[in-house]
Amino acid sequence: METAGDDGEAAAVGAAALSSDLSDAQLVARCRTGDEGAWRLLVERFSRYVYAICVQAFRLPEPDAEDVFQEVFARVYEKLDTLRDDDAFRPWVGQLTRRCCIDRLRTGSREEPADAVPEAAADDVLGELEQAYDVHEALAALPENCQEILDRFFARDESYRTIGDALELPAGTIASRISRCLTKLRENWEETEYPARPENR
Amino acid sequence: MSAYDIERLSRLIGMLPPAPEAWVRAAQELPGARRELETIVERAEADAAFRAALVADLESALRAEGVEPTRPLLDELRRRVAE
Repeated sequence: METAGDDGEAAAVGAAALSSDLSDAQLVARCRTGDEGAWRLLVERFSRYVYAICVQAFRLPEPDAEDVFQEVFARVYEKLDTLRDDDAFRPWVGQLTRRCCIDRLRTGSREEPADAVPEAAADDVLGELEQAYDVHEALAALPENCQEILDRFFARDESYRTIGDALELPAGTIASRISRCLTKLRENWEETEYPARPENR
Repeated sequence: MSAYDIERLSRLIGMLPPAPEAWVRAAQELPGARRELETIVERAEADAAFRAALVADLESALRAEGVEPTRPLLDELRRRVAE
């Protein structure tokens, strides 16, 4: 992949022009031109997915997961030019991560894994992670306050108290806000997943 | 009612927690780290003493240049200085 070098102005403009509205394919195309802002966003966008494959699907110990995580993004950076279909970035990075995890398990880890993970079991979890990624994409379409409270509570596992302090909300209102936001997420999800169903109109 | 009831949605949100910030930052800084790596290799080619110190302690050499010594970068640097 080319890089923009030290062209700070170009990088700044690129970063400023970026938003989460960019599709994966658009982001990949910008990365190929050496836009480092696009690269940062691409890493940010897929970091949870790669991390989850390492620690949930393959249950790698943290030191191994960190090595694989860095290896995956290093390979993405080196091999982005070989990706044939930019719209297929997500399955590509998913497969790359899967292969790196399997290699790590086969060649021996820095720490003994808690238990060996059969590949078939890992693939079941991978299927669920695909759905989880779709749900996170739907989450990104909600108002920012909903995104934040749902992410803090379910993904970051923060307590009502921590969320209340961070968002300056009374603890008593957090549960009801989470409930409202989840309902909104489900409505949005059903509209996008099942648009033809009359009950969703 | 879809299969995505509230409980299932909650569980799926929870399946993608954030990766550790330091990992994400190191991956985001990869383009700059690669440039630093090139500079280090050029210096090693021109300066035998620097090369010896580098071979002796790759991690410290990268840190001294402000680069997080991730495993892929260390492997790459090890390969390059061995050539």
